[in-house]
Amino acid sequence: MSPRPFGRRPPLALLFVVALCAVALAAGLLAPHDPEELVDPAASAGRPPLTRLWAIEPVEGRVLVVDDQRRVGDRLVLSRLGQTVELPVERVATITRRDHWLGTDSIGRDLLSRILFGARTSLLVGVLSAILALGGGVLIGAAAALGGRWLDQLLMRLVDGVLAFPTLLLVLACALLFEPSLWVLIALIGGTGSLVLARLTRAELLVLLGQPFVEAIRGLGGGPLRLFFAHLLPNAATPILVATSLVVADAILMEATVSYLGLGVASSGPSWGRIIADGAPDLGRLWWISTLPGLMLVLTALAFNTLADRARDALDPATRGADRVGGTGAGRSAHGAGEALAA
Amino acid sequence: MIHFLLRRAAASVLLVWVVLTTVFLALHAAPGDPFSRLTDPRIPRTQQQRLRAVYGLDQPLPVQYGAWLRAWLAGDWGQSFLYQRPVAQVIASKAPTTFLLGLSAFLVQFVLGTALGVAAATGRGRARDRWLRGTTIALYSLPTFWFALMLALVMSRGLGWFPAAGFSSPFAEERGVLRYALDVAHHLALPALALGLPPCAFVARLVRNRLLEELSKVYVTAARARGLSEARILLHAAHNASPPWVQVAGLSLPLLLSGAVVVETVFGWPGLGSTTFAAIGARDYPLVMALAAISAMLVILGNLLADVLLALLDPRVALAMETP
Repeated sequence: MSPRPFGRRPPLALLFVVALCAVALAAGLLAPHDPEELVDPAASAGRPPLTRLWAIEPVEGRVLVVDDQRRVGDRLVLSRLGQTVELPVERVATITRRDHWLGTDSIGRDLLSRILFGARTSLLVGVLSAILALGGGVLIGAAAALGGRWLDQLLMRLVDGVLAFPTLLLVLACALLFEPSLWVLIALIGGTGSLVLARLTRAELLVLLGQPFVEAIRGLGGGPLRLFFAHLLPNAATPILVATSLVVADAILMEATVSYLGLGVASSGPSWGRIIADGAPDLGRLWWISTLPGLMLVLTALAFNTLADRARDALDPATRGADRVGGTGAGRSAHGAGEALAA
Repeated sequence: MIHFLLRRAAASVLLVWVVLTTVFLALHAAPGDPFSRLTDPRIPRTQQQRLRAVYGLDQPLPVQYGAWLRAWLAGDWGQSFLYQRPVAQVIASKAPTTFLLGLSAFLVQFVLGTALGVAAATGRGRARDRWLRGTTIALYSLPTFWFALMLALVMSRGLGWFPAAGFSSPFAEERGVLRYALDVAHHLALPALALGLPPCAFVARLVRNRLLEELSKVYVTAARARGLSEARILLHAAHNASPPWVQVAGLSLPLLLSGAVVVETVFGWPGLGSTTFAAIGARDYPLVMALAAISAMLVILGNLLADVLLALLDPRVALAMETP
């Protein structure tokens, strides 16, 4: 297998991530409709992708959503829910085209708009959790590696004890108990992620601490802070950042799972997991509601996982393709098995 | 080995106690209690208080903790608020179905994952290896709940090959043991696939990498020079590459319960997973404590099994266990 660092192959995954971030930021501009907007739900609910509807706003009375409208003389002939309705033209205030590129959900909200806004929730959770996990993980890992034997034992036994339990189970249990806000959810996911990164950071630092250059720096009078920030951290950064990319994917999947089970946050706009849950009861009839946001979810996780995979290859040809870190895999992979063995 | 097991047992008791105490405190710190959801206007508020008094929930926390610990040490798991039955009965009625699902998923994960890993390692650098690498990353990115939904959509509603939900067809048990077993297996197929297929990617990657590592060692070259068949060589390499595999298998034991929470919800599988969900939501204290204990024991059991197997595989590990 030939090495394929970033330079030789356009990283599709990176393009996808950048595009998704742009879409999430510009969701308000790109979305054709308000993601929570309900216009004439009876007529617009459960429409398949590529549906074009018309919203007819009469001078007085409620807005009608119709499949087709045509003008015959001074009357407007509308077909709504398989019935033909006629309206004098002078009673109609506005006629608006409503394109539902990805159809509507089971109560008539525009699916494309919901998915676009859902990208915000997913990326927000993914990125913030990863930042939290990175900060916490480096802090705990460094404290364990540099803080002496007792602190090391204490911290690592705690980390081992918590991580012995599936992270998904921990997050789900906490979410069920405390009905979290979005921020608490991010803290939970980031917290479990930080334990994974703490293990990795500690392992990397211990390897580095055994190398002669550390002794040289100490001998030259470099203090512990200088040693850590100027020498140890930059050397350990690569594997830690690669693992952080995996944490992003895991966090996004975990948030979706929590939202799917109805434990997520209702007030903070659509989330892919919640859209999938909304579509699940009508899965057989309205297949697109659960399928399409799920595809986005898989593509996003795939992009972050691929990025980590490629980065690992490009930056570390010696262990090409080797799993130096297992992600939390939305709580399913048994991470750190290799480290557990080495210990 | 005996010393090792004894030490392990002592540590396990400690771990279960720590876990249960943590869960106890978390449960009581969480908003709401088993009776705060009795919001039927016909039930007077004083009734809630009376029920709390009956179950001792109006006592100070240390008193409740003491009472709970004494009952537990006497082997009494208490009465489930949600099911109005002894906790032991609830668990005994739900555990076998979860165990069946978990075991099947475990087989899917490890048999398929290992096969894929061996296929990738023996075809290193060829199309097969690259294809499998892409597949494993894709599987790794699949959220279990959505994969389960899509399986239900395509295989059950679309093609009609499998039933969409439940443990068995109505009255299936009246049609003879074999028919019943087949019927259950038919219902089991999709949940087991949903639970087992995504994590099999992890196993496949692990097997591929460890096997390649072994195959690049000098003894393999020596064996080849002596004319051993590739199959024999692979067998030797597989033996030496197996410890991490065993470790992962042991660590995967508790994952069966957490994955089950999701998959059982999607497929309406009547097991511990959906019970866990309901029990925490309803603040069913005794049931949650028992389930937490089961999770902790699964963790301990998985690690212990892995260690014993490792000792059997590698005499050096067994030797290390003897020396305290």
